[in-house]
Amino acid sequence: MSVSVSISHAFERFAVEAAFEVREGGVTALFGPSGAGKTSIVNAIAGLLRPRKGQIAISGKPVLDTDAGLFVPPHARRVGYVFQDARLFPHMSVEDNLRFGWRRAPVRATAQDVDHLIGLLGLEALLGRKPSGLSGGEKGRVALGRALLSSPELLLLDEPLAALDAARKAEILPYLERLRDEARIPMLYVSHSLDEVTRLADTVILLKDGRIAARGSVFDLLGDLEFSAASGAPAYGAALDVTVSCQRVEDDLTVLAFAGGELVVGRLDRPIGTRLRVRVRAEDVMLAREEPRAISANNVLRTDVSAVHEGPGAQADVQLDCGGTKLVARITRASVARLALVPGVPVFAIVKSVTVDPRILPAPED
Amino acid sequence: MLSPAESEALLLSLRVSLVAIVWAFPFALAVALLLAHRNFPGKTLVEGVLTLPLVLPPVVMGYLLLLAFGTRGPLGAWLLHTLGIRFAFSWTGAALASGIITFPFQLRAIRLALEAIDRGLGDAAATLGARPLDRFVNITLPLALPGIVAGAITAFAASLGEFGAIITFVSNIPGETRTLPLAIYSALQAPGGEMVAARLSALSIVLALIGVGLAELAQRRARAMLGP
Repeated sequence: MSVSVSISHAFERFAVEAAFEVREGGVTALFGPSGAGKTSIVNAIAGLLRPRKGQIAISGKPVLDTDAGLFVPPHARRVGYVFQDARLFPHMSVEDNLRFGWRRAPVRATAQDVDHLIGLLGLEALLGRKPSGLSGGEKGRVALGRALLSSPELLLLDEPLAALDAARKAEILPYLERLRDEARIPMLYVSHSLDEVTRLADTVILLKDGRIAARGSVFDLLGDLEFSAASGAPAYGAALDVTVSCQRVEDDLTVLAFAGGELVVGRLDRPIGTRLRVRVRAEDVMLAREEPRAISANNVLRTDVSAVHEGPGAQADVQLDCGGTKLVARITRASVARLALVPGVPVFAIVKSVTVDPRILPAPED
Repeated sequence: MLSPAESEALLLSLRVSLVAIVWAFPFALAVALLLAHRNFPGKTLVEGVLTLPLVLPPVVMGYLLLLAFGTRGPLGAWLLHTLGIRFAFSWTGAALASGIITFPFQLRAIRLALEAIDRGLGDAAATLGARPLDRFVNITLPLALPGIVAGAITAFAASLGEFGAIITFVSNIPGETRTLPLAIYSALQAPGGEMVAARLSALSIVLALIGVGLAELAQRRARAMLGP
């Protein structure tokens, strides 16, 4: 299953001009600041917005082709849509909401699949309730279940967490991760939160002023200076695709292996071999030209400088290549000059174990 | 308890009002849908014309109806000859007049109910595979139902009190067009009719109270429908 999109649409204040493809499986994040045209694109894919010009195909079937005068209405597109504001039907119980799309699906999920999904989303206790009695997080989960039970060929999620507070986000994110790992439906996830993108996405499309500014794997992009410059994301760091390789029980530490080295972090209760995502913030990486000895930090990684971005102010970002894995260090411009850091220079990156983002995230099973 | 003439007036009033609400409803729903969901040139003018029955003197309304639907009026003559429907001096004429005069009550209530529905719900239903008619029947109508019922009850209650248009259009014929207000008026015209007028007035008050109670009940039902 895949989606190919190519649209151009002029709004009153701005225009959207984008072409991309979402391939089978996994989560593609449509990332960018508010007003970048993210929602317009997903609305066009769902058929809720009719672009002036463009072609959209879902699983190879064209649903929009303005040259040929083709417009498949939303009810015939088989696209699941999870809206930011949930949009549950207020006059129906949770169960009737969940079954709304299921009843109308050309191919219905089996009773077992329905029960499994209800369990996966933790909705058993809510089935008889009305939406007005649900918390924001519960509404989000029902909306997710409702969309999935319509057996869509593609799931669109338009900032499903944006309206929720931190506690509710933390409640829903694990469900989204489980869905990504289990449901095998390609998802297009709209977000302006780098945190969510880092946790969920495999591929990131950066949208800026209605155009695609960058695209690539989440690991490549997050450690990429061009991406962070373009996204204007305030605090960023590299995301690392790691595997639990060793538990140092006596020290309460866990060793994580990645392409290019190892990272020692505080103890993580995960079996050896578990794939995870960790985030190493740029501010937490220190650089040294010579291998430091007698240092408290547990992680001293051999890297090469691959790019340097100076400014604004005293800051400079240094992009590092650690055996194929990207890292970023945020240091001062003065330090860049003192250490003579230019692309190609070998340098040691020092990362304190305690600074590695404790929100360790499961990576998708391949 | 009630004399035959009194209960005749009561039953006639109920029948006229019920028929008035029922025939006007589909028109009110259609126009409300149009006004709530569509913009078109001259919309403000249409809205103005549709509230006219509310502000025009009922006697004027009755006179206009007489011109149009009287047996020699263009619409009246056509209806009589093609469909055999006669409005002049008939209770159906009273129902026609009541329906037109209370039309704005129904229209306004339905329109407000439709406009209060989050349009996003229809979009959500569409992405879940619901066609336009399916969305109307299963999302729009149930959510607008409290407003529809409230509008119908208000219109019914208002219709029970219609006087000027009925007496002008279809006259004051006992058993045919003499509804409660006309019966009260006639009683007061007759010598010694004060007692009858008082009893019929009390009856009207009771009916009005029942109407208010039903409207309140409908609102509670609606809240319960959307409640937890």
